[in-house]
Amino acid sequence: MQPSMKEMIKKKKESRSLYSRIEKIMPTLFLLIASLSILVTIGIIVTLLTETILFFGDVSFIEFITGTEWYPFFKNDPSFGIWPLISGTFLIAFIAMAVAIPIGLSAAIYLSEYASEKSKKIIQPILEVLAGIPTIVYGLFALTFVTPLLQSFIGGLPIFNALSPGIVVGIMIIPQITSLSQDAMSAVPQAMRDGAFALGATKLEVAIKVVVPAAFSGIISSLVLAMSRAIGETMIVATAAGSTPNMSFNPTESIQTMTSYIVQVSMGDATYGSTIYYSIYAVGMTLFIFTFGMNILADYVSRRYREVY
Amino acid sequence: MRTQKKYVNPDEKQIKKRISKNKAARIVFFIATFFGLAVLAVLIIRIVTQGAGYLNLDLLTNFASRNPENSGIKAALLGTLWVMSVTIPVALILGIGTAIYLEEYAPNNKFTQFIELNISNLAGVPSIVFGLLGLTLFVRYLGMGRSVLAGGLTMALMILPVIVVSSKEAIRSIPQDQYEAGYAMGATKWQIIRTVVLPAATPGILTGAILSLSRAIGETAPLLMIGAMTFIAYVPESIFSSFTVLPIQIFSWASRPQAEFQAVAAAGSVVLLIILIAMNSIAIGIRNKFSKRN
Repeated sequence: MQPSMKEMIKKKKESRSLYSRIEKIMPTLFLLIASLSILVTIGIIVTLLTETILFFGDVSFIEFITGTEWYPFFKNDPSFGIWPLISGTFLIAFIAMAVAIPIGLSAAIYLSEYASEKSKKIIQPILEVLAGIPTIVYGLFALTFVTPLLQSFIGGLPIFNALSPGIVVGIMIIPQITSLSQDAMSAVPQAMRDGAFALGATKLEVAIKVVVPAAFSGIISSLVLAMSRAIGETMIVATAAGSTPNMSFNPTESIQTMTSYIVQVSMGDATYGSTIYYSIYAVGMTLFIFTFGMNILADYVSRRYREVY
Repeated sequence: MRTQKKYVNPDEKQIKKRISKNKAARIVFFIATFFGLAVLAVLIIRIVTQGAGYLNLDLLTNFASRNPENSGIKAALLGTLWVMSVTIPVALILGIGTAIYLEEYAPNNKFTQFIELNISNLAGVPSIVFGLLGLTLFVRYLGMGRSVLAGGLTMALMILPVIVVSSKEAIRSIPQDQYEAGYAMGATKWQIIRTVVLPAATPGILTGAILSLSRAIGETAPLLMIGAMTFIAYVPESIFSSFTVLPIQIFSWASRPQAEFQAVAAAGSVVLLIILIAMNSIAIGIRNKFSKRN
């Protein structure tokens, strides 16, 4: 039997009120979910900060930021000066950039200015694979292939050194530099190239004198981001750089980076609540500040100096 | 006419020079591009030949052992599965939910900009810092111990920014007229999101999700921080069990001085690479299949 008109209206009203209730709930629900992402950032900063403050109850802040000796495992007189870890980190990042900038940018210029669509289609996915290789596999590669290879050129090179992981970190960040810089170069309007070609410029002149300057902000921000990744890289250096906190800038020596120190401590089960346990937070905070600063810088550069066509 | 024959145009010389410079540069740029491909080839050949002796079925079915001959990755493979079973639902719900909020509901105000800024900053945080967060928040404060649960949640937070960004892009790519058609049919906002937006955005969301999951599977540092074991001869039984994963097992073998263990590490790396390349191919396949239709 057909339901009466009254019943139908009642039903319709009920379902409407249900819909409107769902409509009201949903935005709030999604707002809650989105707020979680903020909670994570706040969580990172709060946990790092509170544990770092506990660390500075044991060790003087001045010693930490000015000290040039990092011997946390000395029983009687441990010293906690962050500079050897910072210098180790930057030594690796410097070697990595020396490898990655020329190769990454040349590849970006080739792909954006010279390569045919067909070869782009082959080369780009392969670079994507290179970017997707787990860093531990790169670490193993550095330790068991690159280091012995370097040892055959450089006599007396120790197994653990800064050069080999530095080169491999550089290889790891090439795809990032290439793809971000290539995006920036491809965004340069064709009319600008055509203008230069009409004046008789060669492809090289167009690339170097027109495209690269026009895409400069994008290229710089890709380099800063890559540098930030090199600073935060962990497994390659933990596997192949050794664990000798060392103020030396000699790439053939064993060094320690901020990340590999954190790994070393967490592998050795530092007693919860000990000074060494808290020291990983102080180091983590330093690392966070460096990478955070560089990411902000990259963002600022790409916004501030973006050319608008 | 005679003088013209003798006379060599200085511009012509210069032009020749410029053209040959261009040719040389082309070769240099190509070699640089080729370098990446060459390294990839060397790396794969090297890892495969190094691990060849241990690439057999025993590798998959044995647990880690003090003897390289008997060492396998069973605990690590199953541990990876366990961790991912926590990571996948958490990361997807949080990531897609945040993307829906930002694209569909968020008003354009300071708070929204703050969330956006936050997500892009989170994407740049080194993975080991996420490990510190997981160690403190999940292992210590929330008392989860060095468990699959703590590891899975840490990984979920790490890949969250990537999933948010790719889901946002997928949602944004849906044409406005599809919304209008939905509204014209009398649908409410949530009905449109549920029946029009999400189905259409699924391929894009899925591609981003698979790519970020493959990143999580290859990532070592955060799980090392929260204390995944390096030597485990059993399979996790629940999300509260201790565990190990493939990259950590590889790291533990690679850090031993014996060449045999480094060969086992190489064999494990081959398995890891096969898994990741398979996942990436699926993601690229989905992307190609659905990008043609639009």
